[in-house]
Amino acid sequence: MAAEPKVLIPDKDIDCIGLFCPMPIVKTREAIHGMRPGELLAMLSDDPASDADMRSWCQGTGHELVEVTREGGVYRFLVRKTR
Amino acid sequence: MERGGAAPDRVYLDYAGFAPVDPRVLAVMRPFLEAGIGNPSAPHSLGSEARESLEAARAKVARLVGGSGPGVIFTSGATEANNLAIRGVGMRASAGPRHVIATAVEHISVLNACRDLEKAGAAVTLLPVDGEGCVNPDEVRRALRPETALVSIGAACVEIGTTQPLTDIARITRAAGVPLHVDAVGALGRMALAADAMGFDLVTLSSNDLYGPPGAGALWVRPGLKILPQMLGGGQEGGYRSGTENLPALVGLGVAAELMRAEAAHGEPARLAALRDRLVEGLVGAISDCRLTGSRSARLPQHVSLVLRGAKADSVLLDLDLCGVAASSGSACAQRTGAPSHVLRAIGCSPQEMEGSLCFTMGRWSTIAEVDAVLERLPPIVARLRALGLPAPR
Repeated sequence: MAAEPKVLIPDKDIDCIGLFCPMPIVKTREAIHGMRPGELLAMLSDDPASDADMRSWCQGTGHELVEVTREGGVYRFLVRKTR
Repeated sequence: MERGGAAPDRVYLDYAGFAPVDPRVLAVMRPFLEAGIGNPSAPHSLGSEARESLEAARAKVARLVGGSGPGVIFTSGATEANNLAIRGVGMRASAGPRHVIATAVEHISVLNACRDLEKAGAAVTLLPVDGEGCVNPDEVRRALRPETALVSIGAACVEIGTTQPLTDIARITRAAGVPLHVDAVGALGRMALAADAMGFDLVTLSSNDLYGPPGAGALWVRPGLKILPQMLGGGQEGGYRSGTENLPALVGLGVAAELMRAEAAHGEPARLAALRDRLVEGLVGAISDCRLTGSRSARLPQHVSLVLRGAKADSVLLDLDLCGVAASSGSACAQRTGAPSHVLRAIGCSPQEMEGSLCFTMGRWSTIAEVDAVLERLPPIVARLRALGLPAPR
């Protein structure tokens, strides 16, 4: 039996379109700070560096990078606050 | 301002973050703030005085850069100059932005301007560096394409102090007919740089880096090289940077450039290098699991950067501050995000080392007594933090 497609609904969205490093990470960090462990944050960015930056930041902080999608030049990162 | 041999109460070793303005610069600036000599475009006699002062400052900056006077475009600082160089050349390139080359250890204003071009459809090559942060000129040669519009390489990486082999790189870019942009922040007046003689096409400089006022800088552009202005308005600075010139700051920048040139000819780089070596040798000798980052030999004379294991930089910096020493971790970006610095990543530092990155930058008023104060105060701080094994404050 095929698994139900899982749709993840973020608890919070932030839009970092047009911003460059370090601002997408700075704003992600601020947003995560105000959330509860287990909650999901969606962040939009069109900075070509944000893919590598977000992976590195999640690895360093321990927050879970649940999903990265890209449409045109825009990335959508889904991050779960772990602690 | 020379301090005596006694242990100083305040030790300032964050010149790369902010340099005190030279009192001689300040003295020259004062009348421009107080006497109405403000707008070089004004039609009255004060305006013509302002114009003359502005042009004198331009000539002084050009002399320090080693290029012709009309090439100087005054800006609000190095970040704007880097943006003007990269976007100005990249967007001017025929058929739109095509290909630009920089290195993985450039200043964030260079990297983000490149990414902006990338978003506009350009290809960007970020050259790798070796474990000391040095780019191999052969990598520049290999990365060049027929559609390359610009190569941008900093004279020195201000996070780890490594200087780049610009003479060899410029030979390659000139042979290929591709403009070379050099961000000379940290390096001007501390190492031999001459735009015309070395074959640079654009040079970025910062006023505060030369002990001039903050909020001013310049981009030198080789006459004949076409760029697109990034700030539109009344056509100041030859139309390439509109907005009434910040005359007091630019006059200050001119004097600062002149002083820097005189000082470079009178042994200041060697004095700084001696302080640097004393600090490096003392710290590496006294603290275990601590090493210099960047190159030992191809290095800015005023720059010390270290990584140490088992103690986090923000805890060390906090403790240093409590005992009167102002230093930095080298990367303001990394400090704001909690993510590892792109420069330390590029030179292959381990994650643990990246957390313990310290940077001491010296300048005109740095003394042996200040260096010795760090040698005395830092080792016990590191030992204490390592013994506690406490996490860094968040």
